[in-house]
Amino acid sequence: MTATDRPSEATVPERAGTGVDRPALALRDLRKTFGSAVAVDGIHLDVRRGEFLTLLGPSGSGKTTTLRMVAGFMAPTSGSIEIDGSDMTRVPPYRRDVGMVFQNYALFPHMTAADNVAFPLRMRRRPSAEIKKRVAEALELVKLGGYGDRYPRQLSGGQQQRIALARAVVFEPRLLLMDEPLGALDRKLRESLQLEIIRVSRELGATVLYVTHDQEEALVMSDRIAIFSAGRIEQLGSGEDLYDRPASLFVADFIGESNILRGRYETDGGDGGWMTRDDGRWRVGRAAAGRAELASGTAAALVVRPERIRIVDGGAGADGLNVVDATVDEVLYLGPDTKYQLALPNGQRMSVREPREANGRELQRGDQVRLGWAVEDGLLVSDPAST
Amino acid sequence: MSDSWRQPRRLLMAALGALTVFYLLAPTLVIVPMSFTEARILSFPPEGFSLQWYQRMLTDRQWSTGIANSFQVAVLTAVVATVLGTLASLGISRGRFPGRSAVNALALSPLIVPVVVIAIGMFGLFVQWKIAGSLLGLVLAHSALALPFVIVNVSTSLQTMDRNLELAAANLGADPRQSFFHVTLPIILPGVAAGAIFSFITSWDEVVVAIFMTSTRFRTLPVEMWEQVRQVVDPTVAAVSTTLLVVTTALLLLLVVVRRQAPAQ
Amino acid sequence: MATADEARRRPWPSLVGARPRFNRWSALALPAIVFLIVVFLIPLAARALRSVPDPPGAGLSNYEQFFAQRAYVNVLTNTFWIALLATLACLVIGYPYAYLMTVVPGRLAGLLLIAVLLPFWSSLLVRTFAWQVLLRDTGVINRFLLDLGLISEPLTLIRTTGGVIIGMSHILLPFMVLPMYAVMRRIDPEYGRAAANLGASPVSAFTRIFVPLSLPGVLAGSLLVFVLALGFYITPALLGGLKDQMISQLIVQQIQQRLDWGFGTAMSVLLVGITLAFLFAASRAVRLRDVFGSGLGED
Repeated sequence: MTATDRPSEATVPERAGTGVDRPALALRDLRKTFGSAVAVDGIHLDVRRGEFLTLLGPSGSGKTTTLRMVAGFMAPTSGSIEIDGSDMTRVPPYRRDVGMVFQNYALFPHMTAADNVAFPLRMRRRPSAEIKKRVAEALELVKLGGYGDRYPRQLSGGQQQRIALARAVVFEPRLLLMDEPLGALDRKLRESLQLEIIRVSRELGATVLYVTHDQEEALVMSDRIAIFSAGRIEQLGSGEDLYDRPASLFVADFIGESNILRGRYETDGGDGGWMTRDDGRWRVGRAAAGRAELASGTAAALVVRPERIRIVDGGAGADGLNVVDATVDEVLYLGPDTKYQLALPNGQRMSVREPREANGRELQRGDQVRLGWAVEDGLLVSDPAST
Repeated sequence: MSDSWRQPRRLLMAALGALTVFYLLAPTLVIVPMSFTEARILSFPPEGFSLQWYQRMLTDRQWSTGIANSFQVAVLTAVVATVLGTLASLGISRGRFPGRSAVNALALSPLIVPVVVIAIGMFGLFVQWKIAGSLLGLVLAHSALALPFVIVNVSTSLQTMDRNLELAAANLGADPRQSFFHVTLPIILPGVAAGAIFSFITSWDEVVVAIFMTSTRFRTLPVEMWEQVRQVVDPTVAAVSTTLLVVTTALLLLLVVVRRQAPAQ
Repeated sequence: MATADEARRRPWPSLVGARPRFNRWSALALPAIVFLIVVFLIPLAARALRSVPDPPGAGLSNYEQFFAQRAYVNVLTNTFWIALLATLACLVIGYPYAYLMTVVPGRLAGLLLIAVLLPFWSSLLVRTFAWQVLLRDTGVINRFLLDLGLISEPLTLIRTTGGVIIGMSHILLPFMVLPMYAVMRRIDPEYGRAAANLGASPVSAFTRIFVPLSLPGVLAGSLLVFVLALGFYITPALLGGLKDQMISQLIVQQIQQRLDWGFGTAMSVLLVGITLAFLFAASRAVRLRDVFGSGLGED
């Protein structure tokens, strides 16, 4: 699934009076250190108006710290935060006009759902008639119209999540932040709320900065994804970009499942090149070689997705096909697909995913097979570990 | 982290905090230097330095027997209350029997009933049992007062302990008895120790029940002090006060050490 | 209706059968129960019962006598009044302090906690004696002010209601701070961030979010202090004047000096009754375990 699978409902035109080309949020060389530990190490990021951008990365990679600096809960060590073109770096959180859905919702336990949603409007001293109307609208928006009188503890996890969303959007913030908002929910609920969040943010035309460590969630929801690692953005792009054209071994490994063949890359006169190592030699396609721009002789890795590998009949590889011999270790039935865990002669593990019975035979543990993949399905990235 | 309600008026808060700490500690601590005075009356700042009032405290028969009696009562109280309280905690938090909450209320009630009422209530019957004004009577009375502290501490340890550890012990072949002595008891031991220390302190400092439960022949240190404080006060009382404070503080420090040594749960 | 959760909580080892009425652990509570019944409950109950027929044939006259005498009723009113003032003093001093404990870094919070726990566990008599030394006419405070020339004659500090309130609130302050702190430290700081994010200024966030969420602790602390203050004896006896007499003093006076056990006991029953009534009211608002657990146990 990619971002294009979003349910498209009514799209709201962008809010009037704002420049189209100016980013809704701009982070400039943002850094945050705690003593000698660097949590965020020079983040540079533009979020476009109306965009759904996700910060994705393992825990401790700096994504939540970045979000909290945008919200104003921590001051950056250096760098700046601009919202709608104005510098917000030193503005206290309550003057930033940025909505946020907290990880555990942070719904005020002593207020009803409606009072929670009304809170930001009361803080802005809106007339009570307007507050009443907008609270009702916000509750309708998250489909909890009849639940205004309930206290948070009387609501289910999913309902609390929706109230938190309503509270974060009711004052029409310039930017909506979400910090792992679905982390506490079970899988089924999470999936339905993902669609719900997309619907609401589309209806409002909101600019969303979303934090998660769940790559599937990121792929489903986002226009663009920033992959975080060790306080830096490793790659920024659409889900498709990241999956099909990872810029680094980290991204290739983090997004989706990968088979990684490490070796030495050698060019062959501009038309692509070869990955070589003791137990094999594989052709690298022109597109992949062009993107990686690696010098001949550098350590590199060839990344092949499990669903791109086929189990081919014995004999030499056909033209345009890379092959490698392997032994079947494990056969896993995943419903529509079958997944094979295999071992190369040097012990490296490979995994292959095929539609069930694609090759018309039942493989078993210990079977010797030959694996093949089209040259253009091999992705080339540099291998920082061996340099 | 800047939490919005942490920001304002830091200085005011710091000043208020310092003032409150002063209010909590200074009035009591003022006694300590006064106990070292050379003068014959209590004065502040004290004049010169002398240990004469401590010497007086230790040589005067009434004071010195008071110290010995108090110590004896407190140790025995700690033993009785800790044994009864630890068993009761296990019974209350692990047991199943009708009226468990009533038992819990009974166990904590010595904390709630005004101490004067406890004193006169016990005194009436203890006189009939002929244990009023004796070591036994006072130890029994103080044990009742100290029991809630042991139960609260040990119960907390029991509740925070992971019951799976006992299941694991059973699974590894420990019978209930072995599992208790090798797994449960070591884990709740810091709570038991805390209970024992609090019991000792409760008895060591207790005065109202002791006023009723002691006699001219058998007096504890706080009762002796109570008698003196209402009459002429010489600096010996300050020396006695300091002694009471030092023992309590030392035990509280011991408690901190016990907690530090406790295995992280 | 044994749920999975209940099954997990079932004590182990247990006797056969799905839901035994007793299990083996229960027996361990027995010695303490017997001990408390014999040493605590029976003496108090026996005493209470004797408030009626003592002297013989008195009936309820001990109670009638109490309410008939204006002086006695005044002592009761005064007891409530002093307890209330001490509670208010503790609240005013204790709330900012407990709040401070929740906002300062952990190490400092630990020191602030020790500053509360040390006096909490040191002798009440010693602390009252200290106040006596400070407050009396020739005491530390008057000497200090005289030496500075701020006053020409000693202020009357001791044997006043003010003196009693100062001493009592000093002794009771930890009972106010500890339950409040227990509640305040459980308030998720995320609520404060959420309030700020939604546009609340620090003052609004404090008054609309923090204060309401801390109220259970305020209630617990206030009731605890009030109830304990009702039974105070040593402190008003040493720091108060004749008109500051509290009911505990009256009880001791009746029994020790007048040997009027029936009347003294009747007042004790009254005192316990009032205390329990307040605690019962409190138990509907707060968990008493929270109140009595804090500071006594883990912290």
